[in-house]
Amino acid sequence: MDNSIIRVETLHKSYVNGSNALHVLKGVDLDIRQGEMVSIMGSSGSGKSTLLNIIGILDNYDAGAYYLDGIKIEKMSETRAARFRNKYIGFVFQSFNLISFKNAMENVALPLYYQKVSRKKRNMIALEYLEKLGLREWAHHLPSELSGGQKQRVAIARSLISKPKVILADEPTGALDSVTSEEVMEILKEVNATGISIIIVTHENEIAAQTQRIIRLRDGIIESNEVNHNFSNEVSAGVLLEQR
Amino acid sequence: MIDYLEEIFSTLKQNKLRAIMTGFSVAWGIFMLLLLLGSGKGLQNGMEYNFRGSSTNAIWIHSGETGESYEGLGKGRRIQFTNEDYDMLKRELAGIKNISGRMYLRSSAPLTYKNEFGIYTITGVMPEYNGIEILDMQQGRFVNRLDIDNYRKVIVLSQPIVDVLFKDEDPMGKYIKAGGVPFQVVGTFYDYQNQDARKAFIPISTGQRVFGGANRLANLAITTASTSVEENKQIESEIKSLLARRHRFSETDDRAIFIWNTLEHFRQAQGVFAGIRMFVWVIGIMTIIAGIVGVSNIMIILVKERTREIGIRKSIGATPWSVIRLVLSESVFITAVAGFFGLLFGMGVLHLANMVLMGIAEGNDMVNRMFYNPSADFGVAVSATLILIAAGLIAGFIPARKAAAIKPIEALHDE
Ligand SMILES: Nc1ncnc2c1ncn2[C@@H]1O[C@H](COP(=O)(O)OP(=O)(O)O)[C@@H](O)[C@H]1O
Ligand SMILES: [Mg+2]
Repeated sequence: MDNSIIRVETLHKSYVNGSNALHVLKGVDLDIRQGEMVSIMGSSGSGKSTLLNIIGILDNYDAGAYYLDGIKIEKMSETRAARFRNKYIGFVFQSFNLISFKNAMENVALPLYYQKVSRKKRNMIALEYLEKLGLREWAHHLPSELSGGQKQRVAIARSLISKPKVILADEPTGALDSVTSEEVMEILKEVNATGISIIIVTHENEIAAQTQRIIRLRDGIIESNEVNHNFSNEVSAGVLLEQR
Repeated sequence: MIDYLEEIFSTLKQNKLRAIMTGFSVAWGIFMLLLLLGSGKGLQNGMEYNFRGSSTNAIWIHSGETGESYEGLGKGRRIQFTNEDYDMLKRELAGIKNISGRMYLRSSAPLTYKNEFGIYTITGVMPEYNGIEILDMQQGRFVNRLDIDNYRKVIVLSQPIVDVLFKDEDPMGKYIKAGGVPFQVVGTFYDYQNQDARKAFIPISTGQRVFGGANRLANLAITTASTSVEENKQIESEIKSLLARRHRFSETDDRAIFIWNTLEHFRQAQGVFAGIRMFVWVIGIMTIIAGIVGVSNIMIILVKERTREIGIRKSIGATPWSVIRLVLSESVFITAVAGFFGLLFGMGVLHLANMVLMGIAEGNDMVNRMFYNPSADFGVAVSATLILIAAGLIAGFIPARKAAAIKPIEALHDE
């Protein structure tokens, strides 16, 4: 398929800890198309985060192949990896991972700092994104002054600001109550509607049920990979993020 | 650039107390370095102040008694210098600039003016003597060639004598009696070495004739045309062999005459102070190294505490180099700012010390001879600044490498 954004072939990954190695990924095949929204499910320790880290070029793999937007991602310098991450990938984490001493706007703007965008310009863009996510008036608040849902929205804004091709979300609703989880999912769906591919790692069925495809990992192998027939791409409410 | 500073600043603001604590150790180091350097300089200036009254390449020749028998002459024989020694040295010795004999009129000759009198050291000298012992002339002139040739009865007085004998009267041209013989005052001076010195100079020819000195000289003084210790030592040994031949004593006899080579001692003193300066730098640098270790340690802790933050930065596109730059800049920033304060403070203290010393020295010249104008010059400030920047970079090196080595997956690992 030529509109594949992420393609993984018989991926193997082991964690070596002294003399014993833990074989976590045992030949994973995956193909995610541009604009798809998929979920990866599996029990704790099944290797979901490991897979996501490799896709996010935060970690290396041992064997197999990985193509991001058609480019083969192999062992590369950290500098190159950083550039790839900055250009292609946005991360959303369970624990938000905002920088505590920077306010919402500065957190959102940070990826653009590493693209050498001027302070004034990147803060302006950050404000636009916060506006879209309904956080305009919280722009100058520190993360500690925000609720969990607000923090995750700031994190999503930050992941979007560099206009990535893929958003990788590792249990983005894991630290949120069900109502806020729902809000965050709505936002992610809106983001997806603008054409950005999204991979969500989750162990909650309600979350997975809102994605187009559900991939189940078990002991480092893909157990099932099926299209979700209940999926509806209708965005229920809120402002639709502008089409790219 | 401003953007970049902002980025450094925002993280430092986060750790204000730590940054200040660290900075303090560096500021202290620089402060101590400056104080030490200033004190060293002060001691040296004091030493040089001490040498101020004498030409630094003067050679003083005093006579003694022979310590060895030589050519049938027994030991214990007194050596007496005369004008012939003066003439011979002047004739035979190459490379000399000034030469003068000296004779003293001691207590036999009190100085009297009207009803005032006092007993002072009166020395007969050649005009060139003013190039050997350097005097701070106040009025008039020193002994000159015509005075010598015409056996003029003229006298040059130190200001303290003038103050005692003349009170507020102008002494110039007045006649003053030395041992009952009237001398005309032609000049006044201060002694650089001792402001309070009460002494007077007369032409040596007059002294010898009027006070029955015949052609005897108490001692001889020379300045050479050279500023190298080797050449001066060479001249010194020539003087010794010339005098040994004339007075018939062994050249190895070290009691027949005594020669004080000012340049040699000046250079020795300079050497001592160069040594002190070295020592001060070593101590100062070690203090700064202690500061560097302190900064480095704290930066390592800061980096450890910021592991997660650095992980986040990396996950959103920070390159290892940008992380290194961040940590190094913080380190340089802390050391530079702190060092600057240390520098400022140190300069201030030295300046203050200088003012206080000058105040004390008004009443007591001794102070100036011990410790004079302690200061750190611009060159020191520049080298200190360079040291600081280097120190910041060194201090930041290990923490920066640690920061760059942080792996985002480990940093972002959920507990
Ligand atoms: N950096 C690591 N070093 C060693 N073992 C690890 C590391 N990260 C994860 N693991 C192990 O690999 C397995 C898979 O972990 P992970 O991918 O985080 O699973 P999941 O996200 O599905 O819960 C677990 O047993 C975990 O303990
Ligand atoms: Mg996980």
